[in-house]
Formats: sequence, C-alpha cells, structure tokens
Amino acid sequence: MERLSPAERTAALESLLVERELVDPSVMDGFIARYERDVGPMNGARVVARAWTDPEYLAWLRSDATAAIADLGFSGPQGEHMVALEQTDEVHHVVVCTLCSCYPWPVLGLPPSWYKDPAYRSRVVREPRAVLAEMGCEVPADVRIEVWDSSSEVRYLVVPQRPAGTDDLGVEELAALVTRDAMVGVARL
Amino acid sequence: MSAVLDVDGPAAPPRANGELVFAAPWESRAFGLVLTLVDAGRCTYEDFRRRLVARIGEDPDRPYYESWLAGLEDVLGGLVDEAALVARAAVLREVDDHEDHHP
Repeated sequence: MERLSPAERTAALESLLVERELVDPSVMDGFIARYERDVGPMNGARVVARAWTDPEYLAWLRSDATAAIADLGFSGPQGEHMVALEQTDEVHHVVVCTLCSCYPWPVLGLPPSWYKDPAYRSRVVREPRAVLAEMGCEVPADVRIEVWDSSSEVRYLVVPQRPAGTDDLGVEELAALVTRDAMVGVARL
Repeated sequence: MSAVLDVDGPAAPPRANGELVFAAPWESRAFGLVLTLVDAGRCTYEDFRRRLVARIGEDPDRPYYESWLAGLEDVLGGLVDEAALVARAAVLREVDDHEDHHP
C-alpha cells in the first residue's frame, strides 16, 4: 500500500473525521487560531509582574497557582494543575518534560522547538548547568539548580527574580521585561 | 532606573513565541484535531498523551508532530483504517489537481 506523507495523512484524517461529524471544523479552526495567535508567553508575563508587585497575589500563587492564574483569565487545557517555582539567590529552577512536551499552554502558549528536542529533554536532567550555559544562561556557581519534570499531573511556571532598578515600573512595564525563556528557567532576567 | 522598554523588536513583550509555533500547516491541523476531539469528549487529553509518549519513545528522533499524528491515530483506534485514509487522500489529491488545472 502506498505511503502517505504526514500532510496527506492529516488532511485525509481531518476530512474523514469531519464527514463523520466527530470533529466540528469551526471549533477546530478556533483552537488553532487561538494557539497560533492569541495565547503566548505574555499571559505568563502578566502573572509574574502581578506577583512581583502584589504580595497577596504572590501568596495566592504560592498556595494555589492554578486558581491565582485562572483569576487573571488564563486557564484551559494543560493549565489545570499549575505550580509556581520562584527563582531565588540560592536556587535556580528549570523545567523540562522528559517524556513528551508537557508545557503550560494557557500561560506560555505552545512550546518552542528546543523544548521538544530529545537532546534538551534528556540532557537537562543529567547536566543542567552545562545545558543552560550552552543556551546562554550562566547560573552562578553558588546557586543550586533544580530540574522539574512536567507531567500530566503538574505544569510549572517559573517566576524569575525581579530585576534590580525596576522599582518605578508599573505592572504592564514589568510584564514587558519577562521573557518566555525566563519562565521556563533557561534564562535569567 | 535601568530598564528600557521596547514596543517591538527583540526586547518587546513576549506576545509571540519568538518562532513559528508550527513548522508546516499540517502540524497545526494535527494539533487542532486532538484539541477538538478532547473538547468534544471523544477522548481525554491524558489518553492521547500516553500514546504520544509511547510514539516519541519508540523513535525519539522522529519529528515531533509526526509522533503527535501517530498518537492521534492510535487514540482513534480502529475508527479510521489505513485503506480509508489512502482512499480519502487519493480523492483529496484529485481535487487539488483539478483546482490546479481549472482555477
């Protein structure tokens, strides 16, 4: 039997599933548009900026990150069980999914290609300091690195340390400083 | 205050992922199919994820969305068989050719 390319297989599958009314094409287009355009790391950046400026919100984020994040309007698939990890002077958190690519979609959008790369998924567990350095993230020698493996049960959002000299900035300005990579733990602000 | 804010450019707010989310259109369709099936209650995301993990595990170097597509077919079980897929692909190809020749 002939071998279909992934594009042909997907198109044929979609066509059959729509025809059998197992998939509503307008619902499907809505999901794709949402994740291609609307959901991105800006959501996570808003959570971080709020946590930097509002001690009560930070406390809520520590005790129930899923609820605190949903309160800003960010919830949905792969965001059901969120845990916030705070970077400190003593510890640097970095997140991976060793088995597939679990990632907190509602706050960070879809994962970048390196997050899905087999090399990152296996190596960051064994030699996190070297992998981070290769990605341009130098973690000071006296800072401990903790690697967190995402799973179906838990998705992590890293809360970077607030940069010095930002006391005068408002929440929106602070959010603009927060990068996706800092919220996965492969960059420091 | 040392922070300098950009509206766009490399230091702008991370509204986008900084790279294409999908490398090809079919990847976004395969992604959308899974979310739509989960949303409609045809399967659970966890059910799909287990199969995705298995497919990645059997060939870690296969392009990510090819494993995703294989996991999607697994979760559908016998609902869509190979012969039906091949037949439908042939029909779609014919439609494409037809549109190419008579725009």
